[in-house]
Amino acid sequence: MSNFKTTLKKFALTGIGAGLMLTMASTSQVNAKTFEPAQVTDMLHLVLASDREVYTKKVVKRLANKHKVIKASEFFEDDKALPLPAQMFRFGSETVADKTKDFSYSLISLWPINKQNAPKTDIEKKGLEFINANKGKNFYGEESLGGKKYFTAVYPDVAIATPCVGCHNNHKDTPKKDFKMGDVMGGVVIRIPL
Amino acid sequence: MSRNSLFWILWLIITLGLGGYLSAAMIYSGDRSNLLIGKTTSGHHQIELSCNTCHGNGFTDEDTIQNACLSCHENELKVSNDSHPIKKFRDPRNADRLEQLNAMKCVTCHTEHKPHLVSDMGMGLTLPKDYCFKCHEDIAKERPQTHQNLSFDSCATSGCHNYHDNKALYEKFLERHADTPDMKLTQLVNNFKYEKLSEEYGGLKRGDPLDKTDANAPKEHLNDSLVDSWHQDAHAKNGVNCTACHQPDKAQQTSEKQTWIKKPGIAVCASCHKEENKSFLAGKHGMRLNPSLSQSKSDPWGILFKEKKFTPMRPELARLEMKEAAHGTELTCNTCHSVRKNNHKFNLQEAKVEACLSCHDDQHSKAYLTSPHYKLWQKEIKGELPKGSGVTCATCHMPRVEVEDEYENIIYLINHNQNANLRPNEKMIRSACLSCHGLRFSIDSLADPKLIKKNFHGRSTFKIESIDWVLKRSSKAEETK
Repeated sequence: MSNFKTTLKKFALTGIGAGLMLTMASTSQVNAKTFEPAQVTDMLHLVLASDREVYTKKVVKRLANKHKVIKASEFFEDDKALPLPAQMFRFGSETVADKTKDFSYSLISLWPINKQNAPKTDIEKKGLEFINANKGKNFYGEESLGGKKYFTAVYPDVAIATPCVGCHNNHKDTPKKDFKMGDVMGGVVIRIPL
Repeated sequence: MSRNSLFWILWLIITLGLGGYLSAAMIYSGDRSNLLIGKTTSGHHQIELSCNTCHGNGFTDEDTIQNACLSCHENELKVSNDSHPIKKFRDPRNADRLEQLNAMKCVTCHTEHKPHLVSDMGMGLTLPKDYCFKCHEDIAKERPQTHQNLSFDSCATSGCHNYHDNKALYEKFLERHADTPDMKLTQLVNNFKYEKLSEEYGGLKRGDPLDKTDANAPKEHLNDSLVDSWHQDAHAKNGVNCTACHQPDKAQQTSEKQTWIKKPGIAVCASCHKEENKSFLAGKHGMRLNPSLSQSKSDPWGILFKEKKFTPMRPELARLEMKEAAHGTELTCNTCHSVRKNNHKFNLQEAKVEACLSCHDDQHSKAYLTSPHYKLWQKEIKGELPKGSGVTCATCHMPRVEVEDEYENIIYLINHNQNANLRPNEKMIRSACLSCHGLRFSIDSLADPKLIKKNFHGRSTFKIESIDWVLKRSSKAEETK
């Protein structure tokens, strides 16, 4: 009888052990989940777009346009003012580029104020045209730059606050003066080397 | 042994010996001047034998050289609000541009040991003329009114653009200062304003003002003349007693038995004047004293080669014309701030003109004494004009500037790196010229090499069109609104 009990105990312990191992295996399976490049760029874009929206609405629009306690200026150093949302975005992108080569991002447009921000690569051109023609949709593709292959995603950058539209329509270097709220003004390009 | 074998053995011994010597010299020490592959630029010639500073162990890659450039020049680029920082080119979308012009590496434009490539624009370094074109070739299409038919090498030679520092040349700045008169009504240089702010900051204050009877040097080192001059000096007024400099370890209670240092050196000054020292070591007057540089390294066992530091800079080592009488003078803090008169009143006034002219003997320096700037300085010294009216050598070449200290506090100090504000000379516009002059006047004056030689005695014969072009573009934009 005692032998039977011992065998039962052993059996039960083995069962618990196996169960634990299975659970651990399934947990490690969750940890090892791989993401498609498009999922990664979607997540990155969500963070970038949210931060961009918060800065535009809660900082620039609130302090510069609503309460008028500080200006937002392209020449923010000399004017002791807030950097414009597009500049803020570019500074972030340059800081990221200083720290990692795992991904990069930029803000470009078919109607750029600074001509250096016009689309350069075929994918950038295709991407901007696609997001302008297909409202609310993103563009994904692959391209080779400098001998390296990249997954490239282009996301619409939409006019979410009146200062965006006002500044772009009135800037002396703008090629387009009839932006309206909700228009796609440009695109956020995110690249991941493959 | 045959004669041939003997020759072979001799050849082998000589080759190995010579190879060994050159390799050892390259990596460690010896007379390395034989290894120089060409004359270095005026920025580096004083320290050219500190090969390892740029080349690492001699077998390193481009990144080592790039890091060496940045280790000395990165902060200058930051201060100049670099228009083309490296980080701008990291985005892969610039890959095609980088293939044409690798803007990620300083040596793409500024190479060393190639004196025949040194720019004829008076920049003191190598600088190609066509680098703008590689990325901005469409500029004539973008700005047909103003940039049509301009020569591809005229961007940076016309007085309109610089690659790095455009703080006084960018479009909006030109527009905003377009109408400033040649001579402003109030003419006071920043030095004065910043001196006040610097006093308010009080970062160097060590205690309450000290009286003559507080002097704490041992009796054998005290005399009335010394105590008098110390008492009139900023050191006594800011609570700095004798032992703070002459027995610094004892004063800070880190050593009981420290003996009296008769002539405290740069390290003692630097213990309080940290930021001034940092900038001094970065410029041509002090770079040879930079503790990280040495003429030769010690071998790992310290047997064959010993570390040899550079001696302080002396005028005869300079490439500019220097007075013969000054040859042999070693440049440290005291050289300009003087204990020459054997007293303790550290001169600030003489350090702004007399100290410079006691060595410098080029046309521009000599012409200063006939310049309108010098006349103003004389009147200021005599009290005929308010403080800040005079323009000294230091006003332009070692201005008092706003910087962040190691704790990110804003402080106002004299930048002792005479090179920081020197080239391109438009760097001086904001820190010096604009205090008294209009922007047009300043840009035109700095573009005229003959006027610079005459130390601005007279008027510029140059007319830089950038401000007019900016105004033309703005009025056109207004019309189309």
